[in-house]
This record gives sequence, C-alpha cells and structure tokens, in this order.
Amino acid sequence: MIDVVDVSRRYEGDRAALDHLSLQVAEGECLALLGPSGSGKSTLLNLIAGLDRPTEGSVTVGGTRVDRLGEAAAARYRRATIGLVFQFFNLLDDLTVTDNVLLPAQIAGRPAAGSRRRAHELLETLGIDRHAGAYPGRLSGGERQRVAVARALMNRPPLLLADEPTGALDTASGAEVRKLLIDLHADGQTIVLVTHDEVLAEAVATRTVRLVDGQVAVG
Amino acid sequence: MSAIRTVVRGAQRRRVSTIVIVAATAMAVTATVLAGLLLAASSAPFANAFAGQHGAHLTAFFDSAKTTKDQAAATASQAGQATGPFPVAATGIRPEGLQGMPFTALRVVGRADPGRDPIDKVSLLSGRWARTTGEIVMARGDLRIAPGTVVSLENGSTLTVVGEARSISQTAQAWVTPDQAAALGQTGWQMLYRYADAGTVAAMTAHQTALGPAAQTQSWLGVRDDAAHRTQLFVPLLTAFGLIGLALAALVIGNVAAGTVASATRRIGVMKALGLTPAQVVRACLVQALIPGMIGAVLGIIAGDLLAVPLTADVADLFGTVPMSVTPWVDALAVVAAVLVIAATAAPAAWRAARLRTVDALAVGRTPLSGRGRLAARLAARSRLPRPLSLGLAQPFTRPARLLAMLLTVAFGTAAATFAIGLASSLRLVQAADQKPATSADVVVYPSRDADGSVPNPGAVIAATPGTGSYYGRGPADITIDGLREAARGTVTTGDASAAGYEMLEGRWYTAPGEAVVTTGFLTATGKHIGDTVTGTGHGPLTLVGEVFDGSANNHLYTDVATLPGLRAPFEWYVKLTPGTDRAAYLQTLTSRNLMAEATRAEGADGTLIVLNSLTALLTALLVSVAALGVLNAVVLDSRDRVHDIGVQKSIGMTPKQTAFMVISSVGVAGLIGGVAGVPAGYLVHHWAVPAMARGAGIRLPDSTIDVFAPTLLLTLALAGLILAAAGALLPAGWAARTRTAVALRTE
Ligand SMILES: Nc1ncnc2c1ncn2[C@@H]1O[C@H](COP(=O)(O)OP(=O)(O)OP(=O)(O)O)[C@@H](O)[C@H]1O
Ligand SMILES: [Mg+2]
Repeated sequence: MIDVVDVSRRYEGDRAALDHLSLQVAEGECLALLGPSGSGKSTLLNLIAGLDRPTEGSVTVGGTRVDRLGEAAAARYRRATIGLVFQFFNLLDDLTVTDNVLLPAQIAGRPAAGSRRRAHELLETLGIDRHAGAYPGRLSGGERQRVAVARALMNRPPLLLADEPTGALDTASGAEVRKLLIDLHADGQTIVLVTHDEVLAEAVATRTVRLVDGQVAVG
Repeated sequence: MSAIRTVVRGAQRRRVSTIVIVAATAMAVTATVLAGLLLAASSAPFANAFAGQHGAHLTAFFDSAKTTKDQAAATASQAGQATGPFPVAATGIRPEGLQGMPFTALRVVGRADPGRDPIDKVSLLSGRWARTTGEIVMARGDLRIAPGTVVSLENGSTLTVVGEARSISQTAQAWVTPDQAAALGQTGWQMLYRYADAGTVAAMTAHQTALGPAAQTQSWLGVRDDAAHRTQLFVPLLTAFGLIGLALAALVIGNVAAGTVASATRRIGVMKALGLTPAQVVRACLVQALIPGMIGAVLGIIAGDLLAVPLTADVADLFGTVPMSVTPWVDALAVVAAVLVIAATAAPAAWRAARLRTVDALAVGRTPLSGRGRLAARLAARSRLPRPLSLGLAQPFTRPARLLAMLLTVAFGTAAATFAIGLASSLRLVQAADQKPATSADVVVYPSRDADGSVPNPGAVIAATPGTGSYYGRGPADITIDGLREAARGTVTTGDASAAGYEMLEGRWYTAPGEAVVTTGFLTATGKHIGDTVTGTGHGPLTLVGEVFDGSANNHLYTDVATLPGLRAPFEWYVKLTPGTDRAAYLQTLTSRNLMAEATRAEGADGTLIVLNSLTALLTALLVSVAALGVLNAVVLDSRDRVHDIGVQKSIGMTPKQTAFMVISSVGVAGLIGGVAGVPAGYLVHHWAVPAMARGAGIRLPDSTIDVFAPTLLLTLALAGLILAAAGALLPAGWAARTRTAVALRTE
C-alpha cells in the first residue's frame, strides 16, 4: 500500500533528515516507527501524508505518486486516503467536539445527514458521545486524543498515520488510546505509528522499523 | 532591557506583517498630513493668505495728470503703514500669433521686487519675477498665460511672460519692472495702505474719503467678500474630507498598534514564564508597536509632503489663495498624533497582555481568548453553507474588537467613496444646468450682419426652413432695476424660451411680456420674493413669476423681449428639429441663406470643476487605499494568529483554494455590514455638504442636483464595501493558501 523508494529530505543547508530511505507497508499492516529524537520519523510521516515533499526519491500510496502531487491534489488525497493523529491533538478549540469530527467530511463536501450519522457512530464507538457538544478545552488528554482519532477516521481513510499519539498522555489515557488502536487494526485498518513507547509498539504493531539518522537501522 | 529586545526582535522576524504595519501606518499618516493641510487650508483661507502677504487694506490709483509722484507719496502719512508710489500703466495684450483674438485690457503695475515691499508681498506661483524690461508677470486669474509665452501689445511691441503670481489684495492684473511700466505709457501712481482699524465699512469709507477726490480706491472688504463667495463653496466639502481622513487614519493606526500587541501575546506569555514583570511587558509592547509605527510615520510624512504639492496647488486655485508651503507644524502634528494614537491603543492591549495569566498567554495562538464567538461558530457549523465559507464567516466573532475596527474601516472607506461619487455627480449636474440651452436644442444660429450692415431676421428664415420643430431666440440685455446699484444682467427671449429646459426652483416660466423669471442671486440682491413686482427704467413693472436655476450664483433676470420695447439685442436662435431631419443638410440650408449656424455642443467642464474633480479623486483614492491596507493588516494579523489552525485544516484535506476562500470570507461580515453602514453615512454627508456649499455661494440647488443616488448605485456602493474588504484580504489569503502545512503545524 505504501511504497517509499530511496527517499531523501534535506532542509536548507542541514544534513539530511531522511537519507536514501526505502520502506514498504502492506495493506492491513500496522507498522511502528521507532527511533531517537531527530531521527526523521515525523519527516517520513509528513512525506507519506503529502504534507511535505522529498528532496529525492518517490513516495507512492495506494498507487498515487504522493511526491508529485500539487498542493490542491495533495489536499484531496489527504481527504480521501489519510487520517492524521498528532501528539498534541491539534483540535480546533473554537469548535465543539462534534464539529471537529465533522470537519473533514464538510471540507470534502460530503452530504450533511450521512456525515452526522457517521460522526455520532464514531463518538459512540470511541466512548466520547457524552462530550459531543463540549469544547475540546474541557476534555482530558485521553478524551481529546480519542476525538482526534474520530476526526481522523471520519472519511474512512484507508491509511491512519499517528505521530506519537500517546506522547502527551499519562499511563491510563495512553492505555485507552492503545486499546483503541488495537481494535482499529483488528478491524483491518492500515496504520503507521510513530512512537517512543516500546510497550505501545509491542502491543499494536505487526512490524517495527527503527530509524537512526534518517536511515532504517539494520538489526 | 534585553528582555524587551527579545520581544522586539520577535516582531522583526515576522517580516510580512511588519511591512504591512509600516505600510498601513505610512498611508494613514500620509492621509493625516493631507487631511491636516486641507483643514488648515480650509480654515479662513482668505484671512490667512491676506495676513501672510501683509495685504493692502486700501489700494489707491492717482491719475498722473492730476497728481504728482510726490503728492501721491505724501498720502502715506494718513495711514498706519503705506508703500508706493508704483507706476501704473494700462495696456491690452494677447498671446503672440493669435491675430484674430481681441486684446485683453490689463492694469499693469511696475514693481521691482514685491517681496521687499512691506505691504502686498505678492507670491510667485510659477516662474520668476520680472528683472528687466521686456518681461511681464501675470496675476493668476481667469486669464492664464503660461510662463514662456510671448504676448503682443496694442502698440506692436512684445513682452515675455516670465512668471505667474497672486496678490491676495488683487492690486494688479500683471506686473513689470518700474522702467517697463514707464515705457508702456504710464497713466498714474499706485499707493498701498494698511490701517489699524480696517474691519468695518464705515472705517474704510472714512479712510477713502481722507485720501481726497483724486484717488480711485479699492477696499479690501470688497475683495474679501468676493473671495468669501468663492471660498465658502468649498470649505464644507474639504472639511468633510479632512475629518473623514483623520478619523480613518486614527482607526487604522490604532488597529495596527493593538493588533501588533495582540499577536505578540503568546511570546509575552513565554517571557513572563521566564520572569518578565508586567511593567516590563507593557514597555516591551509599546516599544514593539512604536518602532514600525515610527518608521511608517516617517515614510508617511515624506509621501504626504510630496503629495501635498499638487494638493495645495489645487486647493489654492479653488480658494484663490497661495499654496500653503509644506508646513513643518502639520508634519510634526501628524507624527505626534500618530504616536499618541499608537500609544493610546497599544497601552490597553499591552496592559491586558501583562495582566493575562501566564498559562493563558501561553495557550494563545492555539486557543482564541476565552469562549467568544462560539455561538457564531455553532451557527456557522449548522448552516448549509460550504464549510470553508462558514468557517471564515464565523472567524471574526472570536475577536469582536478587531471585527468592529475592521467594520468601521470599511464603513469609512465606503462612506468616502459614496460621498465623492455623489459630489462629482452633483457638480456635473450643476455644471450641466449652465449648458441647458445648448443641450436642449439641436442647432444654434448666431447673430450676423448682412454686407449692408443691417441685421436680418433669422427668425423668419428659420420658421420657413423645412425641418424646424420649435425655436426661440435669446440675447443679452442690461436691465435696470430700482433698488439695485448696477443694472441686472438679463437675458431677453423671443418665442417659447421655456424650451431651454431650465429647472424651476419655484413658480413657473413666464408666458407673457411683463413677467420675468429670476435667479436666486437676483432675489437675494433685491430682497424680493416670487409674486412681487419690480420696476426700473426702460421697461414697465415686471412681475417675478418664477425662480430659475441656471447653475450660476449670478444676479440674473430672464424675460420676453417685448417687455423692453426699446431694445435691439443680437439674438442667438436655438432650434429643435423635427424628428428624422438631417442636421447637416439643415445646417447647409441655413448657411445658403446667409445665416451662421452650427450644431449645438456643450462646452467642456470649467477649470474649477476639473480641479475639484481631481482633488476629490485623489482624496478618495487615498482614503480607499488606507481602508484596504487597514483590512489587509487586520487579516495578516489574524492569519498569523491562526496559522496553526490553518495547518490543521490543511492536514485534514483543505485545499489551498478552500483556504484562500476561507480567509477572504472571514472579512465578509465586516465588508458587508461596513458597506451597508458606510453608504448611508456618505449619503448623509453628501446631502449636508453639497447644499451647504451652495448656500455659502448664494445658490439654491434644485433637488435633482442633490438626489443623485439611484437605488442601484447605492446598492452597488454597499457591495463595494464587500469588494474593498475582499481586496484587502486577497494578499493574505494567498499567503495563507501557500503556507506549508508541515511548517504551520510546527508553528507555535
Ligand atoms: N522545518 C524544518 N526545518 C529544518 N529542519 C527540520 C525541519 N523539520 C525537521 N527538521 C530537522 O530534521 C530532523 C528530523 O526531524 P523529525 O521531526 O523528523 O524528527 P523526529 O524523529 O520526529 O524526532 P522527535 O522524536 O523528536 O519528534 C531534525 O534534525 C530536525 O531538526
Ligand atoms: Mg517527531
């Protein structure tokens, strides 16, 4: 499903954040990316999500050459293909939980009634329907991250990308999110997960890849 | 103060918003300088210009046949202050090469260097003063001859125009060197006087009498009243523009300053977490707002001074005064005002930032302050509008103060545009009234003489020519009216002259000899009313049956030629052709019958109108640009605050186009409401200023010249607010659309 071939990403003047890296992810897989801080994990995730472009090499997701997409095409690709979950949730604080979850569908111009039903289902499934009308500022970290996951899943993306989804959470909340990811994967969701959390990687991932200095570490 | 430097440096790194702040402040200060100049120039323009030139209270002419130079000079002892005698000559000039043109009679005074004379320090408007014989300096007036032109005199010699000058006391129509004046054929001497008591007619009359019967005098009071007539026309107009400009500039500068501080709130939070005291925060904020503000102010002053040159020249021509030089005190005042406004708006914002709990300040940038605007966000989310549009529309409600400021900015811009468009239309209609005879007819036939000198009767010829629909003749006449010092300028007509289409302010057009229609100026001069009867020599009693608007402030009377039996006026005939008549063929027929005829055409706009239109256009363009820059600045600040949110929205699939659309629609509410509020404001100012202008000039305007706004025009103008706001948001929308998502998400 994901085919990253010989990709490098250099920021101006600096050494490469990613250095001739190649990586494949199959459908239904849950891949955990591990590695020290600054090793290029977030950079790789951004490339897959079409948020950034490689300096060289190619990124193909579901048959689409992501590295060749223009800004508008990349946005449409994200709507259809990618769900993103961040370490710091990145919810819009002036929208209610429901409105946050609805946002991807609304931006994509999906019919309102169907989207509402879907959002309600997701909130129910993720156990946060109690907070549907609340603003993110009032929720706990674990709850916020579940809202973020709900928003990521809103458009039924084939690929879920999560960048340290438990990084900002305490142990209990982290466990909630871990359980959630396990369930999702069990339902066949393809996931790429960046984490420092070995326990999380162990519990969820079908495969682990370790990055060091922008390259896949051997062994 | 290194902490302050850190905060300030943060601001410098945000290059785009700094440039916008500088530009917005610069434009606003430019507007302030020009508005200040307008207000200064419009306050007592005659009095100031008269004082500036140390004008002559009394100008006296002594015939050299009756008075010697010494006798003229001796009169100086009667006044508080006097200068002269200067040799005076009367001559006729015309630009060289224009043989057909009549000579224009000029009163020419010989003065070596008016700047050194204690009274009537004439101001040069262009070129230089006359240095030798053969040179002449023209007084700026109705007759304008550019420096460099050679003029012929009646005696066959020539003079070169070397400059244009203006004497507020109107002491001469042209100046030459004293030697040249003698050479032109001196007719007398000019003396100029100033008195301690010159304010009343009685005092001036006493001074005039004291000079003896040999002196022909001109009092400054008459000159002043003439000037007031001219000046009062434009004072309310320019004052209105000046005030709108000042208000708009203050609004934009204030908004810029407050926005600068607000966008630094998060950095302030960090600094506070590291130990900055609230007092230090306030100081840092003020410095941060003042630095780009000061840079902008200096640039604005430079631009304002440059633009002031054409502006003050235009204004001086309108007022018949001398252009104000670039006045340091207006500049200084503009800078002080800008700094005060910045400090006054930045301080409360800074104080709020200083008192904000550090944790809250840290959260700013991700979170809009408190829960404001949530209702709007909820309503927008429920609406069926496309999501980028509804997100944009709800956005400004999280910052009500900024929304209000933007709304006012748009309202001022729209009001200025509405006012300017209305003014231009009104002036065009007033001007058009003057042209009514020409525009309401197809052909005009001029008076001509047959070879034997007899005046043929064109009326009979016109009546007999096929194609003639209706026609009437009109000609000038001086009509003496009891109670008026001078004869009224009149127009006598024959045939149905109501076809000229003048608009009636009151009453009706005359239908019989013995009836007359008059202008507002006539009623003012005679103190009569419609329905009254006036008498005079050369005609029987005249009943005033109507008040007519002919676009002028003159004292004028229209009546049938039969009212004045003794009069033989040279008539112009205005003909309306029957539909389908070929005008060229018709003209040819008249020419073949020895009549001088041509197609009617309206004359071009007069000089005053052109000056006024260019002035209005300049000021409107400036005010609209200031408003657009104000919007631009607000949107840049807002997009900065929201850069993280924009990143999030992009990460879940918002395209650049949708992002741009969202940013532009974020000004939609302000644009729409601002436009809808600005149009009535501009409308009211127009409906106040234009009649006030006219009243000052002694004109009563028909409603048709004031009700110039068609409903569709008003609607268009209201929507123009939206367009103005969208134009201001266009650039930042583009920037927001291009923001790299990965970068935006990293931004804190
Ligand atoms: N926008 C940028 N400009 C310059 N350098 C960048 C940028 N983004 C990332 N880098 C650099 O690229 C390298 C990889 O960064 P990246 O964020 O991918 O690391 P990471 O593995 O996600 O680290 P962490 O576990 O701390 O999140 C780092 O050295 C970082 O400094
Ligand atoms: Mg990272």
